[in-house]
Amino acid sequence: MYDLIIVGAGPAGMTAAVYAARKKLNTLLISKDVGGQVNWTLGVENYMGYQFIEGQELMVKFEEQVKRFPIDIKTGQLVGKVSRVKEAFRVEAENGDAYEGHAVIVASGKRPRPLGVPGEEKLRGRGVTYCSVCDGPVFTGRRVAVVGGGNSALEAVNDLVKIAEHVFMVSLTPLTADAILIEKARQANNLTVFTEYQVLDISGENMVQGMRIRDLKSGEVTFLEVAGIFVEIGLIPNSELVKGLAELNAIGEVKVNCSCETSVTGLFAAGDVTDAPEKQIVVAAGEGAKAALRAHRYLQRLKS
Amino acid sequence: MAKQIKVYSTLTCPICRRTKKFLEENRVPFQDFNVGVDAVARDDMIRKSGQMGVPVIDIDGEIIVGFDEPKLREKLGLNRG
Repeated sequence: MYDLIIVGAGPAGMTAAVYAARKKLNTLLISKDVGGQVNWTLGVENYMGYQFIEGQELMVKFEEQVKRFPIDIKTGQLVGKVSRVKEAFRVEAENGDAYEGHAVIVASGKRPRPLGVPGEEKLRGRGVTYCSVCDGPVFTGRRVAVVGGGNSALEAVNDLVKIAEHVFMVSLTPLTADAILIEKARQANNLTVFTEYQVLDISGENMVQGMRIRDLKSGEVTFLEVAGIFVEIGLIPNSELVKGLAELNAIGEVKVNCSCETSVTGLFAAGDVTDAPEKQIVVAAGEGAKAALRAHRYLQRLKS
Repeated sequence: MAKQIKVYSTLTCPICRRTKKFLEENRVPFQDFNVGVDAVARDDMIRKSGQMGVPVIDIDGEIIVGFDEPKLREKLGLNRG
């Protein structure tokens, strides 16, 4: 039985691990990967102490710091469920492994929001991608579509117009990105923008061949023949593991108070998975520290 | 005989850099193909892996998609660092 189980090894989880280890808590850090969303961030210029550092480099530094301490680390394990067992908690990974702890910190972060249309899941990685910065160059000289109308969608568009044959931009709403990004995109002569269009489905046998979109005003359906579809419609919290256990807000984030306590005693949460405002690396790290210190205090009370 | 390792990657992909750094740190020699500019390599990657995401690592014909450290260690016979 562990004192503390931390789920997720992004900035929040790894900072919590260091704080927990320094309090000599018998700690397990369990995660699908190390670094989380930061791994997909090219450059970080607002994490104090570094004027510029690559996202993954910063996470390697976090990991090195965690590994200085004698805590158990299990990576490659996606946690499916956290449940109450008497006064403690049971943490189950999707591969069937289970662990028990007196307290748990959920720091499982967020993931890209899927479109939720037919064909998307089947063609994920086969033309449907959620990381335009990674996979963009694979579509050099091809016809591609970007779905979304916010800053990340426009950033993807501005990168892709330089290398793709043609870029279609499809947004459910009028574009909400910063004006400077929209203006830049307007200068491209290989871009077609569809605003207030809905994606109906994605088609293709082994690889994406195209997608159907519908004009929300007229109802007219158009088929776009594309090889790549870049989904940039925001993020959703990885909170399924505590669904039904802890209270979530309307968008699925785990509700926490200013001490990172959830609605369940002994269950804490930190970072992007929570409803704490401002999703930033430095904020997530700070929240991780708070959660670990609070969990330590809780465990002291539990033992006395 | 040493294993033949090919990495298919893009210049902009942070996970590709992480993968290559991991191989370098473990002194594993590999051939790097930039699929953003090398169309032949791009087609090879798609054919071998049946998908279009990077990175793809080809270890003597065994294909790994993405940076999967435990799997890479296993296939390369590296001890847990």
